[in-house]
Amino acid sequence: MPLLEIKKAKLKLDNKDILKGLSLSVSSGEVHAIMGPNGSGKSTLSYMLAGRDGYELESGEVFLQGQALSDMEADERARSGLFLAFQYPVELPGVGGMSFLREAVNSRRKFLGEGELDHLAFVKEARKVASKMFVKDDMLKRAVNVGFSGGEKKRFEILQMAMLKPKVSILDETDSGLDVDALKIVSDGVNAQRNDENAIVVITHYQRLLDYIVPDFVHILSDGRIIKSGGPELALEVEKNGYAGLINAA
Amino acid sequence: MVATQETIDKVKEVSSTYKYGFVTDLEAEKAPLGLSEDIVKFISHKKKEPKWLLEWRLKAYKKWLSMEAPNWAMVDFPEINFQDIYYYSAPKTKPKLNSLDEVDPELLRTYEKLGIPIKEQQVLAGVAVDYVFDSVSVATTFREKLAKEGIIFCPISEAVQSHPDLVKKYIGSVIPISDNYYAALNSAVFTDGSFVYIPKGVKCPMELSTYFRINEQNSGQFERTLIIAEDNTYVSYLEGCTAPQRDENQLHAAVVELVAMNNAEIKYSTVQNWYPGDKDGRGGIYNFVTKRGNCLGKKSKISWTQVETGSAITWKYPSCVLKGDDSVGEFYSVAVANNAQQADTGTKMIHIGKNTKSTIISKGISAGKAQNTYRGQVQIQKNAKGSRNFTQCDSLLIGDKCGAHTVPYINQFTPHARVEHEATTSKISEDQLFYCLQRGLDTEQATSLIVNGFCKEVMKELPMEFAVEAQKLIGISLEGSVG
Ligand SMILES: Nc1ncnc2c1ncn2[C@@H]1O[C@H](COP(=O)(O)OP(=O)(O)OP(=O)(O)O)[C@@H](O)[C@H]1O
Ligand SMILES: [Mg+2]
Repeated sequence: MPLLEIKKAKLKLDNKDILKGLSLSVSSGEVHAIMGPNGSGKSTLSYMLAGRDGYELESGEVFLQGQALSDMEADERARSGLFLAFQYPVELPGVGGMSFLREAVNSRRKFLGEGELDHLAFVKEARKVASKMFVKDDMLKRAVNVGFSGGEKKRFEILQMAMLKPKVSILDETDSGLDVDALKIVSDGVNAQRNDENAIVVITHYQRLLDYIVPDFVHILSDGRIIKSGGPELALEVEKNGYAGLINAA
Repeated sequence: MVATQETIDKVKEVSSTYKYGFVTDLEAEKAPLGLSEDIVKFISHKKKEPKWLLEWRLKAYKKWLSMEAPNWAMVDFPEINFQDIYYYSAPKTKPKLNSLDEVDPELLRTYEKLGIPIKEQQVLAGVAVDYVFDSVSVATTFREKLAKEGIIFCPISEAVQSHPDLVKKYIGSVIPISDNYYAALNSAVFTDGSFVYIPKGVKCPMELSTYFRINEQNSGQFERTLIIAEDNTYVSYLEGCTAPQRDENQLHAAVVELVAMNNAEIKYSTVQNWYPGDKDGRGGIYNFVTKRGNCLGKKSKISWTQVETGSAITWKYPSCVLKGDDSVGEFYSVAVANNAQQADTGTKMIHIGKNTKSTIISKGISAGKAQNTYRGQVQIQKNAKGSRNFTQCDSLLIGDKCGAHTVPYINQFTPHARVEHEATTSKISEDQLFYCLQRGLDTEQATSLIVNGFCKEVMKELPMEFAVEAQKLIGISLEGSVG
């Protein structure tokens, strides 16, 4: 059984067709990359999966570990192990990063039937993970994403991913805004979490990220559909020739 | 600071009911219904008061008769029938003040339900609590330790007997009986409250705290609190309020007076959780309170921190009169109004002395169909050269049926002063909620977290042990307002 299965997903926003019958199957242990032109529906796909209000499917189905997502609210999906690293992480003024993380982690642990971490154990764990991601302790004390630089926001997303240990992670342009060193650090952070029991979907515009996070499959999303799938070589082709040829051929 | 898991559990546990909606079954000794000169005399007699105080009360009563109820606040309620209120009610079993074991067990159970078991409170680090049960203080703890420092902390009715000179000198010195309609009423019929006196050079070694609770049906509560801090002193005082659930409205018209001498600092914190009424606005407390502090001395400081989550109507403006040169006034406020609640609250900072400074941070949160108004006055008088005020008023709206209003009044009579005012209005954005949900928090957790984040600057001013309680209250009072 795939970890994530999308079957003929159709979705309208503001009466406009955005997803037009998209199908994708992701099994455990796999990394999938989704590439596609601006406005092709990549972020829409990620919001739909995460259960954002207003992103309900018009038709089609999605299953997370065999369970229909349509029955689950956004927070249930998250607790069940679906994680979305936002293209534009949201600022939460006054909400301390450490406290936010702890509530999130404890919600997930509760769902898994694991006990809540006490304050000290949690802080220790968070510091450990943070230091691996080269996130300064200071950032955990600050309000979530408030005044973070673009790159810091992305790092903080991956730090959250590492803390939450999701089953399926969708990384929406996590590489954009990262400098070369940060790209390496974040990629290492993601790679460290790859295992046989989870899956990662990376949405990106740049082949460069895929040198670090090497995908098993690459999909080209255009106009609400996956028009071509292949191996890592497909990303190289996009890098070289752009999308035009692929779109025309489809 | 954010809600802990415990907060969340608490929020769930109380679901849609008011947590403190139970009634203690004690036979009360009441004055006859209504208000008259005889009732004022009855109260004074019951309390075995000296003649001067009775006369003071009667003067206030006469003044009150000649005044009209104010109607300028942005609140809306049916006229109060002052003849339909009991002005005196005391638990019949007169408790002995020296030993908690002799306190009516029913009372102790009430405190337990409030989450403040006396025994536990005693053990809890350094919190001395003066309980006011309806109108009579039933137990005062930690008094001996304080007495060693020369600090007086007792019910004001007791202070009238034991320290009449101090009471006589200061009562009504900050808020005269003619100040306003409800202050006049309070002066006539106040039943009890706290009295604190910090002698020269003493830093009060613990937080002083009073829990008020309105229990008797139809009994208005009129407490009177007086805190005097002599030269070079510090005291932190916290009042917490809770009232049981009732269908009818109850009036609460307290008066709090603070006096700070040279280099004295008074920190006064309130967590107000009176019954807010039901979803449709039935019942709930009318909280019409006058609070003012006089910074008489040089470099004195008075700081008001309030977290107001309860009451059907809140109408209060804790204020500072900055007479002493270099004195400092602060006002930190969180006011939550949900469902049909109405809050009109703010402060007055009256700058009289030179180089006086005031800071106002107000956070208003509105949800449901609630109306929340910040009303604040900053006055810089002619001689207050070099004075400064900074005001920040932030409003947070949850849903689109509620309202937030900011009404600042600024009167500046000297050019040699600086007054700054900043105001913002925001909503809990859909983006923020979704971000939290995507991390596995449910809607209530997310709301509580975001709202507590919004209030953070104020919450950090609360004494630690009460900050947690206040966070819970905010979560509870906003429950069901989102999603
Ligand atoms: N609320 C909305 N109402 C109508 N159209 C929308 C709405 N939100 C997004 N769209 C449109 O849906 C299309 C897909 O947007 P989406 O954000 O999913 O693209 P994307 O592939 O993530 O693009 P990018 O690479 O620029 O991030 C775009 O044409 C966008 O304008
Ligand atoms: Mg996008």
